[in-house]
Formats: sequence, structure tokens, C-alpha cells
Amino acid sequence: MTETTTAPPADEDSLPYRVVWAVKDCWTIVVQELTHLARQPSTFAWQLGMPVVMVLMFVYVFGSAMDVTGMGAGVGYIDYAMPGMFAMTMAFGFMNTAFPVAQNKEKGFMDRFRSMPMSPSAVVTGRAVSDLLQAVVDLATIGAIALVIGWRPGGSLGETLAAFGLLLWLRFALIFVGVYLGLRVKNTEAAGSLFAVAFPVGFISSVFTPPELMPGWLGTIAAWNPVSSTAGAIRELFHTPGVGTAEPVYWIEGHAVGAAVVFPALVTVVFAVLAVRQFQKLGR
Amino acid sequence: MSIPPDDGAPAIRARGLTKRFKNTLALDGVDLTVPRGTVHGLLGPNGAGKTTAVRILTTLTRLDAGTAEVSGHDVRTAPRQVRRAIGLTGQQTAVDDLLTARQNLTMFGRLFRLDRATARRRADELLEQFGLAGAADRAPKKFSGGMRRRLDLAASMILSPQVLFLDEPTTGLDPAGRREVWQVVRRLAAEGTTVLLTTHYLDEADQLCDRISVIHEGRNFVEDTPVGLKRRIGDERIEVTAADLADLTEVQALVARAAGTEPEVDDLAGVVSAPVADGVRALTVVAADLRAHGMDVADIGLRRPTLDEAFLQLTGTPVASDLTAREVS
Repeated sequence: MTETTTAPPADEDSLPYRVVWAVKDCWTIVVQELTHLARQPSTFAWQLGMPVVMVLMFVYVFGSAMDVTGMGAGVGYIDYAMPGMFAMTMAFGFMNTAFPVAQNKEKGFMDRFRSMPMSPSAVVTGRAVSDLLQAVVDLATIGAIALVIGWRPGGSLGETLAAFGLLLWLRFALIFVGVYLGLRVKNTEAAGSLFAVAFPVGFISSVFTPPELMPGWLGTIAAWNPVSSTAGAIRELFHTPGVGTAEPVYWIEGHAVGAAVVFPALVTVVFAVLAVRQFQKLGR
Repeated sequence: MSIPPDDGAPAIRARGLTKRFKNTLALDGVDLTVPRGTVHGLLGPNGAGKTTAVRILTTLTRLDAGTAEVSGHDVRTAPRQVRRAIGLTGQQTAVDDLLTARQNLTMFGRLFRLDRATARRRADELLEQFGLAGAADRAPKKFSGGMRRRLDLAASMILSPQVLFLDEPTTGLDPAGRREVWQVVRRLAAEGTTVLLTTHYLDEADQLCDRISVIHEGRNFVEDTPVGLKRRIGDERIEVTAADLADLTEVQALVARAAGTEPEVDDLAGVVSAPVADGVRALTVVAADLRAHGMDVADIGLRRPTLDEAFLQLTGTPVASDLTAREVS
């Protein structure tokens, strides 16, 4: 039997050594996750299926009854709903993070990783990188469908890229929410039921309906929902007809781009701390 | 710089391991010493603290009090050195069902910080050693329980660890799967790997371990060799099964004479048994007497108490459900 032992690196406590390996370990996890997608495209399709069905349903089924522009039912609804769809897809993405994290915990993978001399941060960073890559593919797919059904971004190339940047920024923040919840829930079954949380968070927002059309208190909640801020910000960047012309009903709507930068930053700070704490709790 | 491979320190040395979870004291001062190159069993009923002990020794759980060294490294102050010296196969089979067997081992190899080529070579070696070469490019999802467990074990052997921890390695496996895993453990032990194994299957501890520590309610209960453990709870018994129930009284008399004590008789099964101090002598005498009286027996033999019985006697708690069945029969 060949003896394979690690040459114990003398400088293993040095910062450069640890950083290099943190990156390498992260990449190993990313490759693992991407292999999952390649091996089981159905999971990926399933995750994408929901937003795609929603796009078609809201645009063709409900959309015809919605008057969001004040120019009559159905007019300009694709332009209003598409940015909302992008934002909601990012928002629901936290479940795509939480579920595999819960699964890794439940199936003993987390224990195996933690008992190995690998970089502990790689479990989270690897997850984050692969989730962001997946989010890019999500956005590209939904964007392609949107183009087919007649949606066009109205802004410059720079504005359009900035809009997608803000979407990924929201998704990035939600990685930490997903990791926290994934570690927090008891098992994958509980992770699956996070959908019940995701639904109101996704829908009580400006994604499909302007908050000013909702009852007063609900409208306020919807307007202040971070998902609304991202949706509002990218509507501005896409130059969605009818957006930004009237005086905003809620203060936050007038500052959508700023809010779309600040909200995810706040979420990241709060949930990164919570996630790290939850991770340390595994050793308790 | 190199870590001295053997400075005489035992593979595992733990003193006064204490761990409290919210309301329960999972470990209440457990001591454990495992010399290098031995297979040591941690035996106890569910909730005895076996898994907690393994989790502490593999750096997964912090200990509240006590000290623990694995391969000479303190789990508290040098967890990274400990991690490089150990392999862990936990209660669940922690293999990635979507990667192939080879991809699994290569991935773990990379995470154990082998370079790409070495990780690949090591994966192939392990697949060969663990009898998985033919299934290398299949995903473990479709494997039998025994195969999945072997892949799991292979993943903990990437660095040829000095100490291998197996937490209930055969729970949930069918008999064939258990035998597969036992063979692997025996081979690894023969190659010099120190193994700490938790189980609540007593025959498993009996089959594999050099020494067994029985823990009960978070404390050391007793530690001994499997044979010694059985000896502790009493003598061997001579057991004769009469071929014809009509001979039972006479068999009983012969056994009583040889054993010097009044035997127990199971009228229905036709079994006569009695504790004996010198088993071999008693067996010879009874066999000769039976022959002299021209009596047929279905079975005759010496039986040591099973570990089930030993455990019941030592702790007053039955361990496995099959114990009840055996007691009744």
C-alpha cells in the first residue's frame, strides 16, 4: 500500500499559505457544485421552472387585467413585471442556498468537511461562488425568455449591466441568509418548507403590483421590502415606461437605486455574523 | 520540520472528558487510552455518550472539561494537526451521491490538499483497495449499502490516517454489507491503522476489537478484552441438547455429576446447562458418560456468555432488541 501522507507544511500557519488554500478549497467545492448541476440538470431546470412559469402566467394570464401604468389594463405590463421577475428570482434564490446547506448538515457532509484539514471558510465561499454562477445562468435564461416575449431594456448598456449587477448583489446578500437558515433548520424537510417564508417576502413587494395599489399598511411594508428596492432600481435602469415620472408615493421608492445598494449590504453584514455564529455552534 | 511519527504517545489519550448539552450531561469524565495499532471498541447503549466522545476526539465538538490528545496532538490547541492525523467515518455515509466514486475520492483528495495528479492516483489506489475499481465511474446513489460504506471508508483513508474513527460503521447495513465493512476494518488494522469504533452491535465489538470500553450514562463502566469482558461475568457453561426428550432426566443427572452443581433444564428445547469451572474437563467427562450410557445428543458444547449477557449483567440495561429474543429462547 502506498503511504500517502501530507508533507506537513512548515508555514501552514502563515497567512499566504492559508489564503492560497482557502481559494483552492473554495474552487474544489465550486467544481463539486457545478458537477451536480451537470449531472442533474433536472434540479436546475426545476429551480428555473418556477420563475419561467410565473413570467408566462403573470404576463399572459393576470397581466391582461393589471393596469400598472395608468394607461389601461395590460398596457406595458411586461415592462413592469419583468424587472420584478428578475428581482424575485434572486430573492427566492436563498432557498437554493439553504437547501443544500441543510442537506450537507443532515447527511454528515459538514462533519466530514469539518474533520478534514481543509479551509473551513471554503464550505461557505464555495457555496457562494457556485450560487452566484447559477444566478447568472438563471438571469440569462429568464432574460432570453423575456426578450422572446417582447421585453426590451430601455437603458444604455452600462445601465443594463448595472441593473444585473444590482440583482447579483441582492443574490449575494441572500447567500448569507441561506447559509444561516440552512444551518439553523433541523433537516432538509424544514429547509423545503422555507418556501412558506419566501412566498410572502417575494410577493409583498412591488414585483407584480405597485405598492400604492395595496391597502395602506401592506403597501408600506411592500414598498420597504428590499426586493422592491432592487426591482424599483432596475426598473429605473431599464427605463421602464411609467416608472419615475410620477411623484413616488413612498419615500423609499424615490431612492430605489441607493436602497438597492444599501439593503443588501445591511443584510450581508447581519446575516454573515449570524451565519458564522451558527457555524461555530456546530462545534458546541 | 516534521512531526515525530511516534514518540511513544498512545494514539488516543483522553482524561476526564466532560461535555454538557443543555440539560444532559453527555460525558461525565470519561477516560480513554488507545495504544497505537490496536482496534478499540466503544460500546454502550444509545445515549451513553459514544458519539459525543468521537466528535470531541475528531475536533467536531468542543469539550467542556478534561484533556484529549490524538496522535500526540491536543484536540483543543492543535485541531489542524489532529485533523491531518485522523480519518472519520460518521454515522451517515458522507459521500456525494451525484459525483462518481472516483470524483468523490478525487474531490476529498484535493480537500486533503493533495495536488491534482496525486489526488487522482490516490483515488485509483483506494478504489482498487476497497474493491470499487469496477464501479469507479458510477455514482454511489445506485450502490449497495456495503459499497457506499466502503467508498465512505475509502474517503477517510485518503491520507492513510494514523487513527481512524468509525462511528457505528455498520448501522443500517444488511449482513453482507456488515461483513464487507468488517473485512475492510480488519485489513486496515492489520496494516497498522489504529481504529476507534463505536457500536451497539455487541458481536461487532467481539469480532473486531482488541479491547472494549463500555461506557454507560457518560461514564467509564468497564474496560477489557472481549474475552476478559465475558470472563468477568462468570464461568463458561456446559450445554447439552438431548436428542430425545425422554432422556432429559438422565442427561440432567450426568451433567449435574460432572459440573457439581444443579443444572438448568429447558424442558421444551431439551437443553441442559450448568456453569463449570473447568470447562474442558467437564465436557470430556459428560461426553464419556453419555457414550457409556448409550445416549444420543443433538448438541454438546461449552459456551461463553455472549457480550449481550455480559452487558446486561454489567449495566443492568439491555442493549439490543435481539437480546430479549435470546433471553426468551
